[in-house]
Amino acid sequence: MSGEAAPNLFQQQDANRRRTTLLVVCFVLFFAWLGFGGDYIYYLATLHNLPYEPHHTFPWFGIVLTFVGTWIAWYGYSTGPEKVLWSTGAHEITIPANDQEKQLVNVVEEMAIAAGIPRPRIWVVDDPAPNAFATGTDPQHAHIAVTQGLLDLMSRDELQGVVAHELGHIKNFDVRLMTTLAALVGVVLLIRDGTGRFFWGGRGGGRSRDRGGNLGVLVVVLLVIWILSWILAPIITQMLAMAVSRKREYLADAMSAQFTRNPAALASALTKIEDSDAPATHLKAGAAHLCICDPLDRKLNDHPGTLGDVMASHPPIEMRIIRLKGMGYAQAKAEGHLPPEAPTA
Amino acid sequence: MGSWIPLILLVVVVLWAISAFNGLVSLKNQTVNAFKQIDVQLKRRHDLIPNLVNSVKGAMDFEKSTLEAVVQARNQAVQVNAAGPDAVKQISQAENALSGALSKLMVVVERYPDLKATGNVGQLQEELTSTENRISFARQLYNDTATQYNTKQQQFPASLMAGLAHAAPAQLWEIDDQADRAVPQVDLSMKPKA
Repeated sequence: MSGEAAPNLFQQQDANRRRTTLLVVCFVLFFAWLGFGGDYIYYLATLHNLPYEPHHTFPWFGIVLTFVGTWIAWYGYSTGPEKVLWSTGAHEITIPANDQEKQLVNVVEEMAIAAGIPRPRIWVVDDPAPNAFATGTDPQHAHIAVTQGLLDLMSRDELQGVVAHELGHIKNFDVRLMTTLAALVGVVLLIRDGTGRFFWGGRGGGRSRDRGGNLGVLVVVLLVIWILSWILAPIITQMLAMAVSRKREYLADAMSAQFTRNPAALASALTKIEDSDAPATHLKAGAAHLCICDPLDRKLNDHPGTLGDVMASHPPIEMRIIRLKGMGYAQAKAEGHLPPEAPTA
Repeated sequence: MGSWIPLILLVVVVLWAISAFNGLVSLKNQTVNAFKQIDVQLKRRHDLIPNLVNSVKGAMDFEKSTLEAVVQARNQAVQVNAAGPDAVKQISQAENALSGALSKLMVVVERYPDLKATGNVGQLQEELTSTENRISFARQLYNDTATQYNTKQQQFPASLMAGLAHAAPAQLWEIDDQADRAVPQVDLSMKPKA
């Protein structure tokens, strides 16, 4: 098993590094398009103005917006992990305060040994809904957070399975891509809220000068595309966030099974998470695709199918449980006995 | 034009040889590092045992032989300072004996609920469970890495570079018998009541 896992792991790490770079580049290019596109439209619109009227010749918007986009991308990449943790209100465990936290620290240390990575920093979110997520830029700068609900609900073995799943995300650099995405999605959503008012409230009093004939049509078409990209950006980035995380969940489940050699425990943990009806109070939409199970409890995740496949951030939980049980059965068969110590809680 | 072909072939072969060599060296170092990890965790266990024995000694006069077996196995394991080709085997024998003695002790502790309730035996039990897990996971990582290393140096064509990279098969950490396999499952009902 491990013989095959290693090249896949490196491929996976490389792919995640590449995709993060691509994401950041696309983000900056998108800002450049918004800026220079606006400049070009303004330039065309003022081209046939009379000499004493204002002409837009220097691309101020483009330069400023590209600069702003670059700065946001850099800021999102470098402070993403702390922003994600801050948005969930997580508190770090440095010295375990009680037996429960002591056990969590022990389990994380055990799984870090199994995964062969340094121990990540450990955080607890005061959320009654059982869930967990990991964030960071690489295994040397990584964080794992679990909810209080998870600690209350899980047995030691199940906690181990969940923690191992998150360490899987850390080990193959999923956290870098997903955290950067979370930061950038957050920014785009913020901009949408701001610019919506600007576009729909701030217009009026526009003088229509139709001096250029065909030019006028071109300007209008460009303007429509330009405005559309402002409107569509948040939707596209959100769909990107969902698509990026679905396949990863199966992979992290498989890595968890490789680390613990106990896929049945994670299957039982996922069952418990699904059966729990405690509402998520601290995990919000921005961090949803980082979590082990969708905290928003969207029904889309439960239905395999076209729409579910496009919009859901996680694969259907039943499918994950079935795959894990399959692994458990294969393992038991390979060792020559049926699963005796599978936790049946 | 034709004279270029041997040169290109030579460059390809040299590049391949370098990457195969570096791959083997990197796996070798990973294997050595994984073995060190086991050592760290075994040391942790050796340090934990005196505490554990002290905290149950007073209440366990009637189970003296079990305790003595643990102390003896621990002292033997600490003294093993093996090197050379049989190092893995010697260490693993001593540590497996210690694991066996510890699991017997934990079974005994389970039989006396009063003992579990008093003092910090409960916490020590969690520590011991964790330590046993750490050892078995460190062992698992070592075996996985060593298997990968062994496979790589035996597979053609990387096997051609094995001599140059001073690659020798790494010994796996064997578990002797079925009783030792069961060690980490001493008592996992440690879910603290919040």
